[in-house]
Amino acid sequence: MGTGPLLLLASLEGLVMAAVLALAAVGLSLTFGVMRVVNVAHGEFYMLGAVLAWAVAQFVPSAPMGFVAALIFAPLAVGALAWLTDTALLKRLNYNPESTIVATIGLSYLLQQGALSFFGPDARAVQAPFELRLQFPWFGYSGYKLFVIAAALAVLAAVWWILSRSRAGLVMRATQVDRNTARAFGINVDRVYAGTFALGAGLAALAAVLIVPISQAHYLMGHDPLLLSFIVVIIGGLGSLRGTLIAALIIGLSDGILSMLYPPTLAKILATLVVALVLVFRPQGLFGAKA
Amino acid sequence: MTHLPRRSVLAGLAAGSALALSPIRFASAQTSAPVKLGFQLHRTGIGAGYGRWYERVALGALARVNAEGGINGRPVEIVFEDDGTDPKRGAEVVEKLTTRHGCDMIFGPLFSHVVIGSAPRAAELKVPYLVCSEGYHVAAGMTNRWTLQPGITDVRAQVSAMAPWVTQNLGKKVTMVFPDYAFGHDHRDFFSEAVAAQGGEVIAKIAIPPTETSFTRYFPQIPTDTDVLYHVMVGPSVLTFVKELGEFYGSGARPQIFGFIDSLEGVDLASPGLDFLNGSHFWEGQCRNKQPDAPDYETAYRAAVGVDDNGASLSDARDVSTYSHMFSVWETLSVIKKGMEASGYQSTADRQKFVEAVEAMTTFEAGLDHVQGAKTFNGKTHQAFGQQFISRVEGGKLIRVHTTELEDGLYPDEVDYTAQSF
Repeated sequence: MGTGPLLLLASLEGLVMAAVLALAAVGLSLTFGVMRVVNVAHGEFYMLGAVLAWAVAQFVPSAPMGFVAALIFAPLAVGALAWLTDTALLKRLNYNPESTIVATIGLSYLLQQGALSFFGPDARAVQAPFELRLQFPWFGYSGYKLFVIAAALAVLAAVWWILSRSRAGLVMRATQVDRNTARAFGINVDRVYAGTFALGAGLAALAAVLIVPISQAHYLMGHDPLLLSFIVVIIGGLGSLRGTLIAALIIGLSDGILSMLYPPTLAKILATLVVALVLVFRPQGLFGAKA
Repeated sequence: MTHLPRRSVLAGLAAGSALALSPIRFASAQTSAPVKLGFQLHRTGIGAGYGRWYERVALGALARVNAEGGINGRPVEIVFEDDGTDPKRGAEVVEKLTTRHGCDMIFGPLFSHVVIGSAPRAAELKVPYLVCSEGYHVAAGMTNRWTLQPGITDVRAQVSAMAPWVTQNLGKKVTMVFPDYAFGHDHRDFFSEAVAAQGGEVIAKIAIPPTETSFTRYFPQIPTDTDVLYHVMVGPSVLTFVKELGEFYGSGARPQIFGFIDSLEGVDLASPGLDFLNGSHFWEGQCRNKQPDAPDYETAYRAAVGVDDNGASLSDARDVSTYSHMFSVWETLSVIKKGMEASGYQSTADRQKFVEAVEAMTTFEAGLDHVQGAKTFNGKTHQAFGQQFISRVEGGKLIRVHTTELEDGLYPDEVDYTAQSF
C-alpha cells in the first residue's frame, strides 16, 4: 500500500478513535465539571449500555429497529440507575471527593460482576443498523464507522447546546459555580446533582450503543474506555467540553497514524507520556480552569 | 431452664452418633468413595467462550463414565473451579483443587499462559495435571513429569501437518497474523519452518497484542504480493478481527485466506459481516459441521454433549460450540479412566503409578473413547498426535476438503519426561 492510501486509512482510523474517545469521555467530563465527582464506575455504565444494546437487539427482529430501540432504552435505563446511585450513595457521602472515588470503585465491581452473572462471560456481537462498505481502490472501509464520527459530533453539539443554551444547563452551571448561592436562589441542588450524574451515565451508555456495532459487548469492556476517558479528560481539562473534543482529536489521530506506521504500543506510550507532561506543566489541563 | 438440657442432649446425641458412625464411613471410603477429579475451568476471563463448552463436555463425559460403572468400580465426580483464564489464579486453583477439595488429579485447562503458569504448582504438589491446551509447551519440555497432554495434538504438529497442503493448494508466499504470546509464537515459529521446508516463504509476521480490540490498523502491514493470509486469533475480539478483515479487503482483490478455526471458535459462520469468508479455508481439530461420512461414535458424542449437526447447542442454535477443541476434554477423561484402571489406582498415594501408566500408552483407537479419531501417544514427551482437518467455507458451512495423516505432524522428541524424577 502506498503512502497516500496508508495516510488516508490512518486518518480514518484516527478519526474513528477520536470519536470513540470523545463519546466515552464527555459524560465523565460533565460529571466532574458540575459535581466535582470522579466517577470511576463510568466505564461500567458504558459497558452496561453495550450489554443493554445487545439485550434489546434480542427482542427486536430487525437490526435498524433494534438499534433505534437501544439508542432510546439503554441511556434511559443506565441514567435511571445512575440517578438511583446518586441519591442512595453519593448524596449520603456529601459528595466528598475521596469517599465518592472509593464508592464508585465499589460500584464498578458490583456492575461488572452483575453483568457477568446476568449477561454471561461471552463477547456478543451487535449488528450495525446498516451494512455499508465503502470501497476505495486500495482498501474497503466500514460506512458505519463514518457514521460513528458524525454521531460523536452530533452528541457533543447536543451536550454543548444543553449546557450553554438551555435552562437546565444554566441551572447546572450555576450549581457548578456556587452550590450554596444556587440553593439560595431556589435551585433544587440535590436534583441537579442527580440529574447531572444520570446525564453523564446516560451519555456513556449512548456512546456504547453507538460504538458496540464496531466492537462487541463484553462484561470486561468498561476498563479501556474508562482509562481512555481519563486520559482525554486530563489532557483536555476536567469539565471542559472544548478540551474533551480537542484532546480526543489529539489522542485519536496520533494513535491512529502512529500505530499504522509504528508498533501500536508506541502510540499508547506516547498518549501516556502526553498525560504525564500535561500533568507536570499544566495540571488543570489544556482548557481547564485553574482550581 | 428446660430448653438448655434438651439442647445439650441433642448436641451430645449428634456428636455421639457422628463418632459411632465415622469408622463405618471411613471403612467404606476405601472401596466406594467417589474418584474426585478437579477441573481447572476458564469460566470467566478471555477463555470463557471455551470454558462454558469444556464444562458441558466434561459433564457429558462424566455421565458416560458413571453410566458404564465409574472407574475401578467407584463413582466419579468432577469439582469445577474457575481460574478466570488467569495464570496466577490458575496456580491457586491447582492448589485449591488438590489440597482443599482433595482431588485425585486435575484436568481441563486450555489457554497456554494458564497452563505454563499452573504446571509448576502441580509438580510441587505432585498431582497429575492433564491439560487440553494444544500448546506446544508440554512436548517442548517447558512443563514437568506431572503434566500430560493426551487428548489433543499440539500446535507444532498441527501446523507441520497443515503446511504442505497450504503451500501446494493456496500459494507459497504467506503472511501470518497471530496473537503475541506463547500460543501465537508456536504458530509463528513452526508454521514458518514447515512452509520453508515446502519451498514456500513467510513474507510477513504480524503479531497482535492479546488484549487488542481494534485491528484495521494492522492490515496495511500485509504485503500486497501475499498469496495466502494465515490467521489465528483468540479471545473476545475474534469476531471484530474477522469482520474488520472483511471490510478491509471489501470487494477488492485479496489473497487466499487460511485460518485456524480458533479465530472463529464459538462464533456462528453465518454472522453478519462474515460472508466474505466464503471460499476461504480453515483448520479444524474436529469438523464442526457434521460431515456425510461421520462415524456413529461421533453422532453419539454430539448427542452426549448437546451439540447439533451444525456444531451449535441443541437448546440454542445461536450458541455455537468450540467443537475443534472441546473433544480433548472428553478424550482426556477416557485416558484418565484407562490410566487409573491400568495402574489399579486406589488413592492419592497412587498418583505416580497413574502417570507411569499413562506414559506407557502408545496408541488410542478411534471410537467412543477417542471421538476425534485415532491417535498415537508419545510417553516421553507426554503428547498425543492425531489427524487434522482442512475445511472450506461454503454457504456458511465448513466442508472438509483434506484430512492429514498421523505421521504428517510428527517431529523429533525435544524432551524425555520419563528420565525426570517425580
